[in-house]
Formats: sequence, structure tokens, C-alpha cells
Amino acid sequence: MTEPVIEARGLTRRFGELTAVDALDLSVAPQTIYGFLGPNGCGKTTTVRMLTGLLTPSAGEVTVLGHALPRDAERLKRQIGYMTQRFSLYDDLSVSENLRFVAEIYGLGRRAARRRIDALLATYALEPMRHRRAGQMSGGQRQRLALAAATLHSPSLLFLDEPTSAVDPENRRDFWERLFDLVEGGATILVSTHYMDEAERCHRLAIMERGHKRADGSPAELMAAMGARVVEVEGRDLRRLKPQITRLPEVISAAQLGSRLRVLVRDRVADPVAWLQAQALDPSPTRLTQVRPSLEDVFVTSTGRRIEASADDGREGRTGSGPGSSGPKGSGLTGSSPGGSSSGGCGPDGSSPDGSGSSKNDHAGNGKPSTLASATPAVRDD
Amino acid sequence: MAISALLQSAPLQSVRRIGAILLKELTQLRRDRTTLGMVIMIPLIQLVLFGYAINTNVRDIPVALVDQANSGISRVLAQTVQATQVVRFTEQHPDIPSARDAITEGRVRAALIIPADLSQRVARSGSVGAGLETPPASDVQTSRPVAQWIVDGSDTIIASAIKGLRAMPLTELLRRPANRNTPTFAVALLFNPEQRTAINIVPGLIGIILTMTMVMFTSAAIVREAERGNMEMLINTPVRPLELMLGKIVPYIAIGIIQTAIILLLGHLIFGVPLTGSLAALAVTTLAFIGASLALGLVLSTIATSQLQAMQMTVFILLPSILLSGFMFPYEGMPALAQYIAEVLPATHFMRTIRAVMLREASLEDVAEDTLWLLGFMLIGLLVASLRFKKRLD
Repeated sequence: MTEPVIEARGLTRRFGELTAVDALDLSVAPQTIYGFLGPNGCGKTTTVRMLTGLLTPSAGEVTVLGHALPRDAERLKRQIGYMTQRFSLYDDLSVSENLRFVAEIYGLGRRAARRRIDALLATYALEPMRHRRAGQMSGGQRQRLALAAATLHSPSLLFLDEPTSAVDPENRRDFWERLFDLVEGGATILVSTHYMDEAERCHRLAIMERGHKRADGSPAELMAAMGARVVEVEGRDLRRLKPQITRLPEVISAAQLGSRLRVLVRDRVADPVAWLQAQALDPSPTRLTQVRPSLEDVFVTSTGRRIEASADDGREGRTGSGPGSSGPKGSGLTGSSPGGSSSGGCGPDGSSPDGSGSSKNDHAGNGKPSTLASATPAVRDD
Repeated sequence: MAISALLQSAPLQSVRRIGAILLKELTQLRRDRTTLGMVIMIPLIQLVLFGYAINTNVRDIPVALVDQANSGISRVLAQTVQATQVVRFTEQHPDIPSARDAITEGRVRAALIIPADLSQRVARSGSVGAGLETPPASDVQTSRPVAQWIVDGSDTIIASAIKGLRAMPLTELLRRPANRNTPTFAVALLFNPEQRTAINIVPGLIGIILTMTMVMFTSAAIVREAERGNMEMLINTPVRPLELMLGKIVPYIAIGIIQTAIILLLGHLIFGVPLTGSLAALAVTTLAFIGASLALGLVLSTIATSQLQAMQMTVFILLPSILLSGFMFPYEGMPALAQYIAEVLPATHFMRTIRAVMLREASLEDVAEDTLWLLGFMLIGLLVASLRFKKRLD
């Protein structure tokens, strides 16, 4: 089972002038959850659509489950499940009618379909609303129905395009539990998201920005290799302090989190706390602490680097504003800062955070020096 | 998994997928009260409305009277004219210019001008005959008409109705029996001897109502899935384009049959439209037309990018179907180019077959050519729609 489930080389898609996805290389191992992390419009959905055979790539080669795309797209369809970003089942059909429709389309036998639908209704806690119309359900219920429909024919590969964007944090946690169950059952999952806490649960993830893959690796690897250190700055008048810090060439970005400033300092500065203290800042911060990097920091570092590089080329006009300004949303309501959990999301062994780790112990990691292992940098620097 | 897939035969799978789509469409349709109401109400209202309203036998045209004679005889003439029920005198004018103004303003469509010398004219006319155009006069004096109509000639139907009064007999006026002339031709009116417009309109209405509802429903069918966001899910399943098209069409065939039944039944009960031809011929030709219209709608649905566009395209099809198909005006009277265009429309072929079957007792063989054309249109339409439908988003 070492053969990758998805293998893409130089995957490119252009819409007229716009290059939505640019020379994407991708390799997804079986029985893992692979995440696409990136802001809206970075090419996540386009990539998912190319991998499901819905869009023809402008260039590049893709093999999914051994089928070369787009040629074998029809044969692939029976083996994959796809949960679209927008709810795509029928609002005017009930839960069981929707599932029966999908079962018939995939050619499940009548008895097999009934058994499967009953099982899915139980798994996704939809039994009480079996006869409710999909249009009258809440976001979380609709999402569970969509997942049930996408997995009805037991696909070995599941694509989820921003599955939890309309869902509250608690439902999101349950949802991810179901995803790990599916992986346990042998499925491979590719999920796109703009939530950091969600990305952190993936076995492996790609950070996307404007059609480019900026970084690729497990969350822990990415954090270890991000090439920056994180200092939290406390003090008075942070709004005035922030521009002064951002102006420093060694600083990649600074973002305010409540009464602290989270500052990313390039790792060529050996002791960022001492270095920051040495800067003439007004008012001088009351407290500086080096903390563990979070995935959001990884995101800012890897995408920020690109902006710098291309600004030199003069191709991109976006300067001045912080590199993370168009970055993804924070971790939603689950916690002010993800990455507090010591496990750093789920490892490749499949151990999943139970959801509390990333929020409750938020401040536990503060003051702990970050584990800057000498791992090979996975962050692509182009 | 692989073995069970082999055990289930491909055609059976295909039928089951069509069945799934069909059931889904029916369920959605059942819950869409507005659409369901339209299925019943459109034929009902249109039949009653048009059956009564569309009438080429014009009656009670408002006209003005300019009575320059102002005598007993002129009043009798005016009454005789009104008694035909073709016109109704709504106003009186002292002179011709003010009557003209009334026509210009549109208050009346014509004016009858009775000259001051009416009694002399009647006297001369009476000496030679009762009708105004008979007999061929050798003498200008004796052949002078008794009065004159000025007519708003822009409306040809009104104009010809009043022209029809030219030869009206003046029996009352002359207190003499009308002079019966020998007509050049004897005319025997088959199929609709009473010349009731409804007899011709009601079968045609089936064609118009079916064009409207069938094309409208299916033109929205595919594009609606896209607009509501269901398409992305649907094209990710193993469903084939032709299966999708067939599954979408079949429920509407049933609707078309219901609508046809409503029109036929009410047409018979309210307007006394006969159903003389064979029921089998009626069924076959109607089904062929329903199929052709549905296929046309599906093709539009693969072109349109929104339901609004689909609706606009439906109107684009509907108007020529009403005006060029022979529903309103005889096909034969149109210029060649319009006839070519009309030939492409399924409604034109259906107008011929349905009127032939319902009114002229035609058999299936009599209408075979047009029926086959409709079936061919349906097959090509389905094929084009299936080929145009791509299971891709690009």
C-alpha cells in the first residue's frame, strides 16, 4: 500500500488570463487525510475539481487510483466520493429520499441500499430526521447528510471541498471524528479548508496561495521547518508598537492577538527575544516570550516569502500590507490560537486530537522554546 | 465489490438510473405546488379564454352614423344595417369630417354616410334590384349605391367584415323580396359548416399549450440542476447524459397527456369540438409532438446558463409557434421563407396532424409523414442534448 492514491505532476489550470492552479505537484498516500490549506480563491476548489475529473487540466499529468485523468474520469467516478463546497443534494427531497436517489444512481441493490442507508443514518445521527427535507435542516445536519451521500457507495477516495464552512465548532469536531473513522476503514481523504485547526488535524497538508503550492508536509514538519521563530510581545499601546516591529527587516509579520503581538522573526536571528529587546521600540514591551509556532505562523511564513520574492520581480503589486493580510481565517471559535496542543495535530500514526487539545490548552505552550528540529526544509522557496 | 458489479448487468443498471432520476423528478414536481398548478391551470384558462376570445367572425363593430338625409327611410336603413349585428352605431355626427375624426381617434372603426338624396337613390335602385351590386348596371344613375362606408382599413379583418355588408339585401327598406341571384360558385363547407372559429382553434390550442409547457419545463430542467448547485454532485456520479435526459423527459410526457386530455374534454364539452378521427392516431401524433417539444426544451436547457435564459429561449420558440405554425393564420398564405422557418417548428407539423385527426377524420397513415417528422425531431433533439451535455465543468 505504498503506491500513492493521487499522483499529480505539473498540474495547471488556466481560465483565460488567470492561472488558477500553477504547476502543482502532489502525492497523496493511501489511508491518510491530506489537507489543502489556503485562503479563498487560492485554487483549492479548482484542484479538487481537476482531481475528480470535473475539470480538464490545462497542463500536467494526474493519476487518481491508477486512472489517468481526464481520460478515465468516468471509470474513476464509481470509486470516489465528492462532497462539494456548496450543498449539492436536493433541498426539496427528504434525507432518505436523497440517499435512496444516490444509492440507485450508484446501482446498489435494493436490500443493500436499505442496509447501507440505515447504517449511514445511524452513523451520522440522521435517524430522527429521516423524513425531514434537506432544505429545512441546519448547516451541521446538511453537512452530515452530504458526507453520508458522498460515502454511500463506499468510495476508497473521498474529496471534501471546505466541508465545514457552514458548521459550528462542535459539529466540526464530530465531523472530523467521522473522517478518522473513514480513514480507519481504509479510505483516503483529501480535504480543502481555510481553517487552521482543521488543517492541523490532517496527516499531511499543502499550503496553497494563488494557485501555487507554498509548502507541503505534516503539520509538525511544517512548523519545524518554517524558518522563523515566534515571539509574543506584551505591552502597552500595541497598535502603535505593531508598525514599528513590522518595519524591521528581520520581522516577517506581526499580528495582534488580544493583548499580545505575535511576531514572526526570521530564524537567522538566533535569539529573537534578545534581538527584539535590543530594538528601540516605543513604548518598550513589558514582556517578550518565545512560543511554539502554530500552523498559522507556517502559513504566514510560507506565503509571505513568496510575496517578497515576487515583489522583487515586480509582478505583484501588493506591498506594504502585512503578508498575512489576505491569509486564511483564524481558527474560528475553537480557540484564539491553534497549535497550543503539544502533539501538533494528528501525526501520521493516525492519532487524532480529541478536539480539546487545540483549544483548552491554548496557553500551555507559551514560554516553551519552540522545537526547531534540523529537519530538511519542506517549505518551498521559489 | 468487483464481482457484484459484474453480476449486475449494464442495461439493467442503466434502467435503474433512469428510474432513479424519474422518481426524483416526480417527487420534486409533486412538491412544487406552483408548477403543478400551472400544469392544470394553463390549459384550463387558455382554452376557455382563447376558445371564446379568438373569433374571426367579427360582431358589433362600433361605427358612427352621418345621416345627411335625416328621413324616415334613412332611419330604417340604419336600423337594417344594425340588425345584421356586424356593426353597432355608437355615435352620430352631423358631417363627414367629424366622423373621420372619430375614426382617427379610434372611437369608431367606420362611419356610414347616408347622403341627402337617399330617397332618390333608393327609388332608382329599387327599380332595378334589391342588392346594391346587382344587376350589372348599364346606367351610372341606376347603379349608384344608396350610401357610403368610410372604414379604418388598417385592420384587414374589420375592413373585410364591413366589405361583406356591400351586398346586403335591403328587403325591409324596399318592402320587396330580395332579388335572388345565381352565384358563380356553389360552396359546400366540410368539417365546420357553421364556420365556428373554436372548431379550428381548440385543436390548435393543444399544440400551443403543449409547446409552451413542455418546452418551458424541460428548458429549465438541466439548467435548474446547475443553478441550484446539484449538478456538481450529479456529474460526479456514474449517471450517463442520455439516462439523465430520459429520466427528465418521462414525467413530463405524463403531464403532456394530462394537459391534452383536459383540452380535449373541455373543448368537447364547452365548444362542441368533435373528435372524429381515430383515438390511436390522436395518441400517436400527440405523443410524438410531446416528445419533440420536450427534446427541444432539453436542447435549450443545455444552451442556457440560467433559468431566466431558458425562459427567454422558450418565448423565442413560442412566438413563431403561435404565429407561423398555422395556428392563427393559414400556413399557405405565408411567404416561402416563413414557410421554411415554420417547417422547422414541431408545432407546424402538429397543427396539421391534430387538425387532420380531430376535424377531418384522418387516419394514422394520412398523417404519417408529419408524425414521423416529429419522432425524428425528438430523437435528434435527445441526441443533441445528450452530446451537448458534458459531465465536466469546463
